[in-house]
Order: sequence, then C-alpha cells, then structure tokens
Amino acid sequence: MAKLNMVKALNLALLQEMERDEDVLILGEDVGVDGGVFRVTEDLHRKFGSKRVIDSPLAEAAIIGAGVGMALYGLKPVCEIQFSGFAFQCFHQIENHVARYRMRSQGRFHVPMVIRMPYGGGVRALEHHSESEEQFYAHIPGLKMVIPSAPRNARALLVSAIRDPDPVIFFEHKGLYHAAKEDVPDEIETLPIGRAQVVREGRDLTLIAYGAMVRLAREAADTLAEEDGAECEVIDLLTVAPLDRDTLVASVQKTGRAVIVHEAPRSFGPGAEIATSIMDGAFLSLEAPIARVTSWDVPFPGFAREKGNVPDVARVLSAARATLEF
Amino acid sequence: MPRTVLEPRFQVEHLSILDSDGNLDSSLDPEIPSAELKRLYRAMLLGRRLDERMIRLQRQGRIGTFAPIKGQEASQVGAAATLRRTDWMVPSFRETAAMLLRGWPIEKLLLLFAGYLEGGQPDESQNDLPITIPVATQLPHAVGLAYAAQYRGDDAVVMAFCGDGATSEGDFHEAVNFAGVWHVPAVFVVQNNQWAISVPLKKQTHSRTIAQKALAYGIPGLQVDGNDVLAVYAACHEAVERARGGDGPTLIECVTYRLGVHTTADDPTKYRTAEEVEAWERKDPLTRFTAYLKKKRLLEEGLEDEVDKEIAAAVQRFEALGAAEPLTMFEHVYAELPAHLKAQREQLAGALGNGATPPAGDDDQASPPMRGQRTTRR
Ligand SMILES: Cc1ncc(C[n+]2csc(CCOP(=O)(O)OP(=O)(O)O)c2C)c(N)n1
Ligand SMILES: [Mg+2]
Repeated sequence: MAKLNMVKALNLALLQEMERDEDVLILGEDVGVDGGVFRVTEDLHRKFGSKRVIDSPLAEAAIIGAGVGMALYGLKPVCEIQFSGFAFQCFHQIENHVARYRMRSQGRFHVPMVIRMPYGGGVRALEHHSESEEQFYAHIPGLKMVIPSAPRNARALLVSAIRDPDPVIFFEHKGLYHAAKEDVPDEIETLPIGRAQVVREGRDLTLIAYGAMVRLAREAADTLAEEDGAECEVIDLLTVAPLDRDTLVASVQKTGRAVIVHEAPRSFGPGAEIATSIMDGAFLSLEAPIARVTSWDVPFPGFAREKGNVPDVARVLSAARATLEF
Repeated sequence: MPRTVLEPRFQVEHLSILDSDGNLDSSLDPEIPSAELKRLYRAMLLGRRLDERMIRLQRQGRIGTFAPIKGQEASQVGAAATLRRTDWMVPSFRETAAMLLRGWPIEKLLLLFAGYLEGGQPDESQNDLPITIPVATQLPHAVGLAYAAQYRGDDAVVMAFCGDGATSEGDFHEAVNFAGVWHVPAVFVVQNNQWAISVPLKKQTHSRTIAQKALAYGIPGLQVDGNDVLAVYAACHEAVERARGGDGPTLIECVTYRLGVHTTADDPTKYRTAEEVEAWERKDPLTRFTAYLKKKRLLEEGLEDEVDKEIAAAVQRFEALGAAEPLTMFEHVYAELPAHLKAQREQLAGALGNGATPPAGDDDQASPPMRGQRTTRR
C-alpha cells in the first residue's frame, strides 16, 4: 500500500501489467526516454527497453494504425496520444478500424488495445490542450470509453482496460494527475468496465458525473446536505460507454431527480444519452426535469475565459437547487 | 527485360554562407542591402530578447505555456524577410521572431499565451494566419491559399513553417504532394531544430535529410544552414521568386537547433546532454550575425536598449488590459448567435451576476415547463 497520485498510480498499472504479460507494450510520442510529457510512462523505458516502450515518430495515425496491426497479431499495445486534442489525427484509424475489426472479420480478429489520452481543462493550457472529447468515442459502436476519477480507480481500471478483449479509450483528466494522493494497494486490482459506482448515498437527488466533475458533484452534495438538508446520491460513471444504465435507473427510481455534470460541450454530449436512459427506465419516478450542467457549446475560449465555461460547484448547486425545488 | 535507371541519382544540396565566426563566403554573398541587413538583425535581436522576457513572465505566472525560439532566429527571420507584406505567412507555434517581423504586435503574442484568443486575431491589413498548434495541420491550408491566389490571378506567395517532427505527419506529406501536383506558389520552411520534444531526428526519419523528401514529390528541396541568416535568406529569396514567377513550390530545410526548452513545461535534461547544447551554442545564429555586421560596421549603437524598451512598453500595455470578459466567448462561434447559444449566454450572465436560481432542467432552458402543467392534448 502506497500513497500515490494518479500519474504514479497509472504508472504502477502499466509496470505491473508489463511484468505480468510480455505481450503488453507501449507506443506513443515521448513515452520512452522522456517518460511521457506527464510522466505516466516514467522509467518504463529503462526497465523494459525500446522494443517494448517505443518512442514513435510524430504521427498519431500511424501510432494507432500500427497498434491495430500489433493487436491483430496478438499483442496488447497501450498507445498514448499526447493530448486528446490531437486524436483527430488518428480518428479515422479509431473509427474505421479499431472499433470495427471484430465485426468486419466476424470474430476472426479483434483489437485488444488501449488508447490512453490526457483530456480536460482548467489547467491554464492552450487550445487543443484543454478540451473534453469523450462524446466522440462514446458514440462509436465497438469502443469502450473509460474515465477514472481518482488514483486508485485509475490504476484498477487501466489494468482492466489492458486485459479487456475489446478496444478501450482511456481518458485521464490533466487536472487530476496531481490533484490528490490515495492509498493504492501493491497487489494488482481490477475494476469492472461498464460499471458505475455510487460514491455517496442519498434519497433526494442523483448527481451523475465522471472524471474531474466527480469532485464538483461531491462538493455540491456536501453543501446541499449542510445548507439545504438535502441528501444527494452521487454516481461516478467510471465508464461512459457502455453506460451502466441499471445503476442510474435504480438511483433515480429512489430519488426522482437527476442532475448530470460533464465537461464536454452540451449539445449531443453524454448528458443527452444519460438523461434519455434515465427517462426510459425511471420515467414514472421522475419528479423534475433532468438537468445538465456542462461546458457551453463553444470552441475552447482560451484559458483566460475558461472558468466561465467549464462547470463549477456554483453551477452544479444552482441546477441541483432548481431541480430540488421543482 | 533489363532493370533500367529511371531517374538519375537525386542530389540534395546544402547551402552555407556565413561560418560560425561570421566570416563570409564571398562567392555566395547574396548582396543584401545594408538597410535590409539591419532589419534582419533587429528582428532577430527582438525575437531573442522577447523570448527571454517571456520565459520570465511565464515563470511569474503572468503568461502560460509557450514555445521559446532561442537558437532559431536566423531560420525564421531569414525566411519571413523574403516575403512581401501582401504575401501570406502560415506559422506553426514556434515562429515568434518571424511573426514580429511580419508586424504582429508584441502585446498580441503575450495575450495569446496568457490565454486570450484576442491574441490570435490578425490585423485586417495582415495576410498572416494565427499560430496552429496541432502539428503539421496548417500545411494544407498554405496549399489552399496558394491555389486561391493563383486562381484569382494574384502574384502572392505563401510561406508555411513547420518543424522536423511535423514531417512525420500525414498532413505534411499530403500538403507537399498537393503543392507539387497543383504547382502552386508555396514555400515550405522546415525548421529542423533536431528535436521534437524528446524525440531526436534519427528516431523521426530514416532519411539523411528532410530536404530530400521534397524530391519524392517532384518539387525542389534544399538544405541550408539554418543558423546562417544569409543562407536562409538567399535560399528563401530564390524559392519565393520562383513561386512568384509561376515555377511552383519549394521545400527548404533549415538545419538549426532549439537551444532552450521545448515549451516551458519541458525538461530537456531528461533526453539530451549539456555537451550537445554547448556545441550548438557555439553556432548561435545571433552571435554569428553580430560578428559579421560588426566587421561591416553595420551594428547600431544602443539597439539592445531600444529593443528592450519596446518590449517593456508592450508588456506594460499587456498588463494594463483588464481581466477577460467571459461573456464574449459566445461572440465568434458563428456569424449569428443561434438561439441555444443566446440562452447559454444568458445563463452564464446570470451565474456571473449571482442571478436568480435558474429554472429546473438544462441550465440553458429559456422557458421551462411548470410542475403539473402538461401541454400536450390527449
Ligand atoms: C498533432 C499533434 N501531435 C502532438 C502534438 C504535441 N506536440 C507539440 S510540439 C510537438 C513536437 C513538434 O516537433 P517539431 O515538429 O520538430 O517542432 P518543434 O517543437 O521542434 O519546433 C509535439 C509532439 C501536437 N501539438 N500536435
Ligand atoms: Mg523540432
């Protein structure tokens, strides 16, 4: 058991899976000698050499395309895209191939690869270094979309992602890398992909979040308990797709109210799918319209204006109060 | 059937005019007028001093991450100086000195790196694109601009910049190929500074030069000493005039070196040696050009102070600007603000003013349903 931040926790997952399984290898820009621009792959190059920790040329399409080939052959590449804003350079490989080989080859081939990328804002970064793009991947049939919220679940989910027989897009929020330390057990842990967690129980309102937004939901829940006497249930999705509808529906059947918080822009974002799933499963329990607190439908406005764009606790609180008072 | 040679062996040339002590190879003297030499020098010096100032501003938290240019001043200035004001410049993200030469005000550059998109707005009189961060993606834009100039019958030339790492991206190859097929007036300037963050050139390409990549696409490619401003100027001048004359695109590889960090978030000691950096410091483009100008008696007294004052004044103007108004983030999304964005802007205005509790439902919903008020007919 050691207290680790998310960077170190992810590094531990990679290290242990590479020790355990020779088919696991790492591929990406600056992942080797430099240990990754966020240091998630630190030291792995020294331990496993440049055949297993590959500093690739600067070409996202070929990183993912070559990863597909390795995976078709039976290896388990963990590809790093340096920032999620640069994954559009390999989006065709992901949509055209990563997501489809199982189907196209009718099960003869599959692509057990993991594509890790830092995402998210609030870190005083420039354009393409601050966006949240999970909706694009969540929308593609054949992909799984995982977003941890803290060091321990990040480690466990990355291990599960590597072992998963299907391709997993694994988003790591830049603002969480160094945000907090948590006890992470030495023994390998996994967490089921496709399962959300109720991280706080409550009967009055369900707050649904993932990634960096979980902290906001929890803080809002604390405030609502203190100031309003309202007990919120907080759900950390952990996997965006496939969505754990059962957990969401069960919660809203109990609370009758839901507020969804995500950092991606609103329109056609994950919140729309989450809200519809709740409506499908818990329509008769609903006491108020389901609310979404999200970034606005604008391209990244520069970090000088970012605070007005990315959801904050105040916005979660006012949406929650309006929902409770409805 | 015999095997026959289709192409004679490709040749790749390297051009160097000033050696590292500032001695001129007079047979290659591009005979740049004195006033132009002074303009080049001033731009390089301004680029260097601003870079140093920006690093301090970044360390103080007054601007965010940016990509310093130290060591690459000759490549940028020598290239951009061969353009006319009406020509187009398409930068990547490490062309501060070239941008200054092209007329970008210092405070706009500071604003951009302080997170204000206003800093990326070119003046109406400027044919310059704002910086592009996704590597190599700006290069096809240059081809399109050049095609459009030709289409309109303008004699404009388009100069696009990228780094050595960028030559691994598909967009680079697609752009150079298009430029060749369309025979457009474009000049690609590759600042080969030996590194793409931590990845050295030898892991980036198995080719001996970047210039030779042009040959595969049927366009001229030339390698120049990128720390020799005269060589860069001569090569780019030739390429720009060739483009303007209707003789198609060129790729120029400037062999240079990033003397500083990749960005202010980078630690180069993890991947390169101090000896390597020191060896390149001895080839510093600014020292070399200073030595040359000194011999020609063209160095201006007090220029450093003048440049520093210009920077200080710009920093002052930059700091006098108030905090960003968040509501303006809705202004340039579309030509006209659609209804849903109007609602979102109002919502943000309410949140900023600690306005009334929003209606239940999405926080941009204009007129929410009231409880018990069913509006459908059964
Ligand atoms: C498409 C894309 N991938 C990754 C990055 C992250 N990144 C920024 S600069 C850089 C290296 C660029 O190297 P090079 O083209 O040689 O230019 P230099 O930084 O040396 O000027 C990388 C990988 C990016 N900006 N865009
Ligand atoms: Mg480079």
